[in-house]
Amino acid sequence: MALIDKNISKLPLWGLLKGMKVTFKAMVTKPVTVNYPKEKETPVPRARGVIALDVEACTVCMLCARECPDWCIYIEGHKQEIPPDKEGGRVRTRSTLDRFDIDYALCMYCGICVEVCPFDALFWSPDYEYSEFSISDMLHDKERLTEWLATVPPPPPLESS
Amino acid sequence: MNFWLELLVKIALILAVMLPGALVVIYGELKISAHMQSRIGPYFAGGRFGWAQPLADGLKFMQKEDLVPAAADDAVFRLAPYVVMMGTLATFVIVPFGPDLIAEDLDLGLFYLLAVSSLTTLGVLMAGWSSGNKYSMIGGLRAAAQLIAYELPLVLAAVAVAVQAGTMSLQGIVAAQTETVFSIGGFDVALPFLLKGQVIGFAIFVVAGLAELSRIPFDMPIAESELTMGYLTEYSGLRFTMFFLGEYAGMVSMAAIVSTLFLGGYWVPGVDPDMLNVVGPLVLVAKVAIICFVFIWFRWTWPRLREDQLQSLAWRWLIPAALVNIVLTGIAKVVL
Repeated sequence: MALIDKNISKLPLWGLLKGMKVTFKAMVTKPVTVNYPKEKETPVPRARGVIALDVEACTVCMLCARECPDWCIYIEGHKQEIPPDKEGGRVRTRSTLDRFDIDYALCMYCGICVEVCPFDALFWSPDYEYSEFSISDMLHDKERLTEWLATVPPPPPLESS
Repeated sequence: MNFWLELLVKIALILAVMLPGALVVIYGELKISAHMQSRIGPYFAGGRFGWAQPLADGLKFMQKEDLVPAAADDAVFRLAPYVVMMGTLATFVIVPFGPDLIAEDLDLGLFYLLAVSSLTTLGVLMAGWSSGNKYSMIGGLRAAAQLIAYELPLVLAAVAVAVQAGTMSLQGIVAAQTETVFSIGGFDVALPFLLKGQVIGFAIFVVAGLAELSRIPFDMPIAESELTMGYLTEYSGLRFTMFFLGEYAGMVSMAAIVSTLFLGGYWVPGVDPDMLNVVGPLVLVAKVAIICFVFIWFRWTWPRLREDQLQSLAWRWLIPAALVNIVLTGIAKVVL
């Protein structure tokens, strides 16, 4: 048998037959293609689909906008004066977010804004279905970014030492 | 029946069988090639499985402009697709679908068949020459060289069948394959020519047939990577569609001829001879489908031969083998 196995590949046209075996195998194997609009692909849990925003956590520090390599984050805010709780107390100021837009036509999904945010206001969400017919509609505002917060998976559990 | 009326009915029937047949083979090619490459292929056209894709393609081609290049030989350029189409359809005159289902059972059926099948290459040569394009011309000339080289083994392989059958009528050849060779317990066993010792002849015929169809591994006249699209380069719109349909109709006709000559045609063991007019066409279609599948399988597996390899395969291997095959068949015919 060993002699046959060794010499069978030297037969004329053997290579052609081998190729036909490969294509036949491929033909009867189910392709991995997902017919997207009809069937939905399930992204991995921590896929970098879109960036979600937690408005409450944002302090308008602008770090994300400044670190963004292609300047696709637009932030506007103002200082709000909060009256003192008790009589004679000091008037405090707090930064309030007016505008937080990400232009997904520019965004390159590097995730630096998520990494750099000191107050954990930005998160990766695996949602990916937010394409638009016009490129100008790719600028998503903070209401839209907040909607995606619901799709953010919970953080992975801490490792025990 | 009136001769002309009968003729019209026959032409209509052949067209009604051929053109949908070609469309089915095109669809099969799209789908099978896709799955052989781990793709899905047409999926949305027609709602399910993309069954309407060939029709959609046809519709698209019909909308395209029918372009004739300025450098082209106008009349010949316009005529060439019709010649190709005609040569392909004409072979179906003598293909038997059943004992009575044949357009015309010519005594010289095989001769007629080999004669008209060369007409296709004439059309290709016309297309290549008249396009006024270097790629087209090289493609056309390659097709001519291929015809000269592969018509010989094709004819010689068919000759061996004719010798063994003792007739050139295709009905006669099918009848010769239904004769009882031996009986096992009251069951008469008849063998098609493939199992009656025409193995070499079958192989030569299939290889030469592939070359006649200029399908991979013999698609040098088209050879996308070398010649753009060969003789098809300048064609567009309906004329291109005719070449395209002609290619696939040619596949169907070549498969029908192979199954008639070597695989028993419309005949299948175990069927009452009286039923053959009903079952016969289905049997032939099944055999044609299997052969077409193998042709498609070849195409999506093998690379293209080089032009000199093509010639050397024909002249140094196929023709001598075919000649030896004829001699052996002749000896066997006389001795047995």
